[in-house]
Amino acid sequence: MAIFVNQNTKVMVQGLTGGQGKYHGLRNKAYGTQVVGGVTPGKGGTDVEGIPVFNSVAEAVAATGADASFIAVPPKAASAAILEAAAAGVRFVVCITEGIPAQDEAKVYNTLVRDYPNTRLLGPNCPGIISPGKCNIGITAGEIAELPKPGKKNVGIVSRSGTLTYQALYELKQRGIGVSTCVGIGGDPVPGTNFIDCLREFQADPETDAIIMIGEIGGSAEEEAAEFIKANVTKPMSAYIAGVTAPAGKKMGHAGAIVSGGKGTAQGKMDALRAAGVKVGQNPTEAGDLMSEIIKSIS
Amino acid sequence: MDLFEYQGKQYFARYDIPVSPGGAADTVDEAVKVADRSGYPVVVKAQVQVGGRGKAGGIKLANNAEETRFHANNILGMDIKGHVVKRLWVEHASDIDEEYYASFTLDRAAKKHLLMLSAQGGVDIEEVAEKDPDAIVKLHIDPVDGLSAAVARTAAVDAKIPDKALDGVASILVQLYRCFTEGDCDLAEINPLILKPTGEVHALDAKVSLDNNASFRHPEWEEYRATEELDAREQLARTHDLQYIGLDGTVGIIANGAGLAMSTLDVVNQVGGKAANFLDIGGGANADVMAAALEVINFDQNVSSIFINIFGGITRGEEVATGIVEALSRVDLRAPIVIRLDGTNAEQGREILKNAGIPESKLVSKPTMLEAARAAVALSNGK
Repeated sequence: MAIFVNQNTKVMVQGLTGGQGKYHGLRNKAYGTQVVGGVTPGKGGTDVEGIPVFNSVAEAVAATGADASFIAVPPKAASAAILEAAAAGVRFVVCITEGIPAQDEAKVYNTLVRDYPNTRLLGPNCPGIISPGKCNIGITAGEIAELPKPGKKNVGIVSRSGTLTYQALYELKQRGIGVSTCVGIGGDPVPGTNFIDCLREFQADPETDAIIMIGEIGGSAEEEAAEFIKANVTKPMSAYIAGVTAPAGKKMGHAGAIVSGGKGTAQGKMDALRAAGVKVGQNPTEAGDLMSEIIKSIS
Repeated sequence: MDLFEYQGKQYFARYDIPVSPGGAADTVDEAVKVADRSGYPVVVKAQVQVGGRGKAGGIKLANNAEETRFHANNILGMDIKGHVVKRLWVEHASDIDEEYYASFTLDRAAKKHLLMLSAQGGVDIEEVAEKDPDAIVKLHIDPVDGLSAAVARTAAVDAKIPDKALDGVASILVQLYRCFTEGDCDLAEINPLILKPTGEVHALDAKVSLDNNASFRHPEWEEYRATEELDAREQLARTHDLQYIGLDGTVGIIANGAGLAMSTLDVVNQVGGKAANFLDIGGGANADVMAAALEVINFDQNVSSIFINIFGGITRGEEVATGIVEALSRVDLRAPIVIRLDGTNAEQGREILKNAGIPESKLVSKPTMLEAARAAVALSNGK
């Protein structure tokens, strides 16, 4: 088991003929992901190293049965690409594009909620999702993800930051702890999938025994997650929040990572998570150590 | 990007939001010219992006050219909480009957636009929210639907805006919402929104924050970028297109990824040091990017050690190492580097650094983030 994706997920890449799409799409395929097609308007009928390219998402879906999409197109084109995938009935859309205007994101999010409730958007501005050994959609280097181990305790990861997602994968690999699924929800103000969506899935996933959550300053997603954890998550968790020392009023690299009006501080988020029973580390390594202890205690 | 008041007012004017007649001035003579044109009495206002301008003496009323000259002369060059006043906004002083508050932001939790409207304006809205929360109407707007004139009017009624000001306020709300959405603002705020004895409603102040991600469709923002309050380090970083924020510590930071960069600042702090900056060099840490990053760090005279924190995912360790070696041959650094290189092909990367013949006084490699932070802080403290 895994959440959102598995070995049967069929992925098409919107923007497969572009630099990013080609590089990461081929890497995903080499990892073992079923990358069944690509979409680039005007380039239908061609192929990228054997992967057929279509003019539209609808054509690609009809021809390949793709149920997931990987969007790697520039910010200007990303909103339309997401909505095109949703309109074609794609169930799971991963958008790695960084730099989409917040107004566009808010519109896309609410359009999906209203008109395409069966489509889940992951991102934008996220590293993607990997279920080690089964499916890798996005830019995560597959080799740093430890395979889930049958008969042992495995961990689910959900994170707002790309590099800290890798760091979390690496911390677990160092300790030989298997990963069920690792989801990067992205650092933008209006993510399509939030912590709670992932926590709900991890809680229900029989392969996931414990969860690591990595948050950062800005917004209130971690506080809302803490409320959800208190009421709904029984699996043990460790967490790390980046940005304790970030100055107020500055966007720290991610569009959503900003402390404004005294709200969205790392301290507030850590307090909320601790109050929900989550073990919070002061740095990613400590969060890994805490997870090690958790795994020992439940094994 | 935060706009100055005068820019916010100019931005408002693009969306037909009424503001007082006035203009920006960089000299005393210009201020008097603008005042003559706008009609006395005028208000002379310091243009700095910090609260409490009035208390600091940065906002003055002038009844004639002589008073304008006097106040402009005092305010230009004034230091308000570390911000030196270089520009004034001079506008015709309005007669005020009532003061309201209006703003649009994105409510990240609700994932909808949020209108906040109050009949109690002209004061700190946070204070109103605390003392009298019912005095603020909060209305969520679905970005797909937008804000209609009818809904705007209902909000104004709910906020107890008096009848005589309803039409004016409702119309400004619709225009301000257009400014917020089409103008790609993170925040569009009017405080105070005033009712004049003549019955007109208009914006007496403007607080606008723009979404940098939307700059590709706003060529008109170019002039705002030119006046952004950046320190010399941030200016240099901008010329290299680097994600840099200047801080006041002594450990220069270079990391790949925003989350990791934030985390690096935290870890340095945990082991007793202080970061000199936030710098995210992103995914592809090639020699050009690394050299540019080191140049910016080196420019900061407070930096006494440099902590390069790289986690190779897609970025490979050997590429990063090669980049650093090449960058070091181009930039003559004042401070020693501590590097933590981890992830994909990290061992090969460390090998390259070891064999590059860089003396240990210039570059030390540490296996973990914590150890590297400790070493960088110790070096920074002269140990």
